[in-house]
Amino acid sequence: MTEETTGSTPGPASPAAATQRVRFYQTGTHTLGNRLMDAESRTVQASTDRANAITSGHRACQGCGEALGARYALDAAMRAAGGKVVAVNATGCLEVFTTPYPETSWQIPWLHSVFGNAPAVASGVAAGLRMRGQKDVRVVAQGGDGSTTDIGFGCLSGMFERNDDVLYICYDNEAYMNTGVQRSSATPPAARTATTPALGAAPGNVFGTGKNLPRIAMAHEIPYVATASVADLHDLEAKVTRAMAICGARYIHVHVPCPLGWGSASHDTIRLARLAVESGLFPLFEAEHGEVTAVKKIRRKVPVEDYLRPQRRFAHLFRPGHEDTQRLAAIQAMADANIRRYGLTEEAPL
Amino acid sequence: MLKQIEGSQGMAEAIALCRPQVVCAYPITPQTHIVEGIGAMVKSGALKGCEFINVESEFAAMSVAIGASAAGARAYTATASQGLLFMAEAVYNAAGLGLPIVMTVGNRAIGAPINIWNDHSDAMALKDAGWIQLYAETNQEAADLHILAFRIAEELSCPVMVCVDGFILTHAFERIDVPSQEQVDRFLPPFAPVQMLDVANPYSIGAMVGPEAFTEVRYLGHQKQIDALDVIPALAAEFEAVFGRPAGGLVRPYRIEGAETVVVALGSVNGTIKDVVDAERAAGARVGSVTIAAFRPFPLQALGAALAGVRRVICLEKSLAPGLGGMLASNVRMALQGSGTPVHTVIAGLGGRPITRDGLTRMLQAAATGGLEDVTFLDLNRPVVEAQLAAARRQRHSGPIAENLLKAVNHGPGPRRVPDRAAPGQTAPQEAKP
Repeated sequence: MTEETTGSTPGPASPAAATQRVRFYQTGTHTLGNRLMDAESRTVQASTDRANAITSGHRACQGCGEALGARYALDAAMRAAGGKVVAVNATGCLEVFTTPYPETSWQIPWLHSVFGNAPAVASGVAAGLRMRGQKDVRVVAQGGDGSTTDIGFGCLSGMFERNDDVLYICYDNEAYMNTGVQRSSATPPAARTATTPALGAAPGNVFGTGKNLPRIAMAHEIPYVATASVADLHDLEAKVTRAMAICGARYIHVHVPCPLGWGSASHDTIRLARLAVESGLFPLFEAEHGEVTAVKKIRRKVPVEDYLRPQRRFAHLFRPGHEDTQRLAAIQAMADANIRRYGLTEEAPL
Repeated sequence: MLKQIEGSQGMAEAIALCRPQVVCAYPITPQTHIVEGIGAMVKSGALKGCEFINVESEFAAMSVAIGASAAGARAYTATASQGLLFMAEAVYNAAGLGLPIVMTVGNRAIGAPINIWNDHSDAMALKDAGWIQLYAETNQEAADLHILAFRIAEELSCPVMVCVDGFILTHAFERIDVPSQEQVDRFLPPFAPVQMLDVANPYSIGAMVGPEAFTEVRYLGHQKQIDALDVIPALAAEFEAVFGRPAGGLVRPYRIEGAETVVVALGSVNGTIKDVVDAERAAGARVGSVTIAAFRPFPLQALGAALAGVRRVICLEKSLAPGLGGMLASNVRMALQGSGTPVHTVIAGLGGRPITRDGLTRMLQAAATGGLEDVTFLDLNRPVVEAQLAAARRQRHSGPIAENLLKAVNHGPGPRRVPDRAAPGQTAPQEAKP
């Protein structure tokens, strides 16, 4: 996508309109306005036909990255499956804030069992639907990073290795937010959580810990693995759409900032998600059968400090007069390693 | 059709005749032969319209069954012992969601110490998970109960656990009358779920319920079990009409007319108990027995009626509630409330310990002379236990109990059993202070 593009005007396009050069000016965000895109490329949210799988009225916090990511992901899945999607949810924020019964935000069939079994429940739903002859109904399972990388990890690995026909989406906000911001195996180094407090000689989460679930998913050699971010919702939709065109086990890991847990401003959710991508800390890529097939290049590389500084969970790295240059350098090294590993800049091709 | 087959194979064939649509399997002794049998039928094509899923744990097995059942498919799995405990969270969840899953539990002890043999500790641990619990007495009944279980489960939209004694039933080769597909189809109609994940009629299943309605949800779960007290005997009668033999039901009294002492038990040990009752009756003793076929719901009224007027009740239990005694006895006492009938607890058969006619005869004779303590461990090797207790009193660092007892059993409770590491007069620091 370039900053200048050929756009079509709404309604029946005349030959003149089709060739009209359109300039758009959202240079600060790189966001391409929907109206300037051709109908095929527009976000599903721009359509009045969108499923609204998660409709309004839910209880997510202001600026919740997970609510945003889930709505785009599920509606894209609904469009791809012709409206025939069943959602399975692990316990967590998404489950709690969407179903304060007797109200529910789910306008599609939705099942919640327990914290650690969403992948297995989804396998069962898929098998049950197949045996009932409903082969066109697709199953999407979803959970946060706690249910995905920790307590549900065994079930997820089982679902992957059996290549069950389930799209699993992890909304990664890097800690157990629903229970009050405790460390998970997706919590980044140095981050302050309720169980990795900013105390002592090495405040925050320990370096050299945690697991990289997209790469573990790739090691199962499942048909499709992707990372995505709420900073690029078109990209998220495209990846969900791609995943829905494939049968078998598929995994999408979506980075979703959490204002509550990260100590960031609600209006900074998208900005922080973008800085995570642009710093190299959260690489965007796709992989098929264990091999990386595409990466999203960083447009304008930023130092990790730009991403870390606005978040109170990293405040101990920036105490006036006591800036933790050593740990900041270690985090920068992680970002640089990602850039080299995935070829995220033009200078570092894949 | 009459067949001379292993209990597990008989159950597998009966389950296949129920036309399950999703069967998930994780190996654990002694239930494994059942799912192996079903898996072979799916693989060969003998069982059509069924998906057999090899999962990575019992927790996943129950979770896959939950998903399949919620999708409107007839779902089955089997487990035992550690496996049942490993899936415990999902077992409660299946009942809370009201999903009519049928699961076999090949009853087996729970570790530590690890033990693969039969007792009822596993099923007892989950007796209050909201599932209906049926206990099989024979291999024929083990097969038949599964056909009944699917019908009961789907009638009430409540999961059913079919408890079969590990090895004693699962691995014994006996004559089993395997019914025809036509018979089973006549008894068990296709699954018509009361709730289902349906894109044409979407709703949310498994939402959070707060204090304002949780008690009511639980009350309805309890009421479902109370309703089962009528449904189970009614379907047992229907089963007998279709298949020409009895199976299931709530309680089965045996020779209790005029009995002074009645033994109450679950599962296959009732066969041995009946033999002992026959022998004792022949010798002039006034004894009888009652088989409890359904432990959840607990048949308070039916049992109370069966035990009315007896002088004493002995609950022969293959499980132990440490610090209390017997779970079965606790329940039976509720059925006898106000009657003043004494209820004795006899713990027997733990971890596969044989329950012999001799042991049961001694138990009955002790009861008749008033010499049966309330909580008795049948055939307990008391010298070995006393030696271990003495050793533990003697020294703080007395070592692992299970391993000490094994040595004592194999070598006798002599000096080899617990090597004294401390010289006489030496004690560990923490023991020096009174």
